[in-house]
Amino acid sequence: MLKINNLHASIGGTEILKGLSLKINAGEIHAIMGPNGAGKSTLGYVLGGRPGYEVTEGSATFEGKDLLAMDPHARAAAGLFLGFQYPVEIAGVSNVQFLREAVNAQRGVRGEAPLSGGEFLKAAREKAALLKMDMEMMKRAVNVGFSGGEKKRNEMVQMGLIDPKLAILDETDSGLDIDALRTVGDGINAIMRKADKAVLLITHYQRLLEIVVPDFVHVLADGRIVKTGGPELAVQLETDGYEAIAEAA
Amino acid sequence: MNAITLPTRRDESWRYADLNAVARVWQDLGPAQTLHVPEGSHERLRVGNLPDSGILRYDVTVEANARFDLHCLLEGRDYGRIEIAVKLGDGAHFELGGAILAKDNQVLEIVTDVEHVEPNGSSNQTVRSVLAGTSTGSFLGKIGVARHAQKTDAAQSVKSMLLHRGATANAVPQLEIFADDVKCAHGATVGELDAQALFYMATRGLPPEVARRLMLQAFIADAFVSIDDDGTREAMEAKAQVALGELS
Repeated sequence: MLKINNLHASIGGTEILKGLSLKINAGEIHAIMGPNGAGKSTLGYVLGGRPGYEVTEGSATFEGKDLLAMDPHARAAAGLFLGFQYPVEIAGVSNVQFLREAVNAQRGVRGEAPLSGGEFLKAAREKAALLKMDMEMMKRAVNVGFSGGEKKRNEMVQMGLIDPKLAILDETDSGLDIDALRTVGDGINAIMRKADKAVLLITHYQRLLEIVVPDFVHVLADGRIVKTGGPELAVQLETDGYEAIAEAA
Repeated sequence: MNAITLPTRRDESWRYADLNAVARVWQDLGPAQTLHVPEGSHERLRVGNLPDSGILRYDVTVEANARFDLHCLLEGRDYGRIEIAVKLGDGAHFELGGAILAKDNQVLEIVTDVEHVEPNGSSNQTVRSVLAGTSTGSFLGKIGVARHAQKTDAAQSVKSMLLHRGATANAVPQLEIFADDVKCAHGATVGELDAQALFYMATRGLPPEVARRLMLQAFIADAFVSIDDDGTREAMEAKAQVALGELS
């Protein structure tokens, strides 16, 4: 589904990704772990198409299409979802209006009929309930005045409504208390653990991986993947730390 | 015929005006319209279209415990100006919600002169401008509080969004306060669309033009939020939406 080959990327002339390769098949859940500054968030932004992140070498294809040649909104319409570490507040635009426009824009690109107001609200209610989000919050402006945990749950409600093929979730577990972590983890499993979908979890900690158990765990250090293993690698990282693993590799 | 001398750049309230456009219509411009809001009543004025001259001027007296609302949308004119002088009685309120949507070389402006001449009055002015091309959007807002007009509560919020590098926003608050127990808040910002928010919206599948439209609609909506009739507010928002669509 996603093939990244020898990806190099810079921000403002500083190279952050230095030859990263990764292959994700449908039905798989991958986790990328690594110390601060390793390039984890940069990888998410580059795949999402954030302006200012320049790819200098290598390639990334999504279902055979050149992902890097597509505009950010076209990547979304193709089935890529990027969950933000710090979801952005959008004053004055309600969650419901925002998501309905987003869902219908994507449906339009795929040649599907737009959802009516009623159809959309029904789906929104269902996903909000899954993530234990109050429907009243769905009517409020996007992320404005939301707590850290509410913002992260809202990301997952959005993911549920948009129903992507591949979700790249950047530290979706940070800033969550134990109960919210469980809710979000269960949400990811319910929405994304399917044979035709895949997930790339970017995280610092192993605790989310106890709920969303990955098929593969990768260690990212200094802009490239230095080690790949199964879920046990995450446990080992938690005990030994990144440095030991990165050095041994 | 207008008896007053043609204004020049030296007149503070005309310093950002398109004086050539003003000169063309000045001879035939009538005096400011006088409005009187009787004690305890609530009058509303909504301006969606400017007259041929492009200039509207009001001189409003709001009596004790009365309220006057002006909501206006300036757009689609080479030169447009709404000028309002308000005198507020004891406990009276003035509400202004103004939107300026300008493109090309358009020069659009709102000029207010609010005089709190009696105690306990309040005024709230909200102006939102979206400026494209090499247009100019200006708000000049004078608030005067007389010596005995204690407990006055006056607020101004002026925000401008520049869509292109060549656009100009002017925000000139002018406060003359002679009483000592008053609240006068004013804030002015000039900015561009938030690039982070645009990227966030793009990752949810919104094309740039849709993302921009949603953000600008929300921005402009601040100017109309105090319209107390849903139908009127929606009509103003719809008109603004059409004008916004023509900006970029």
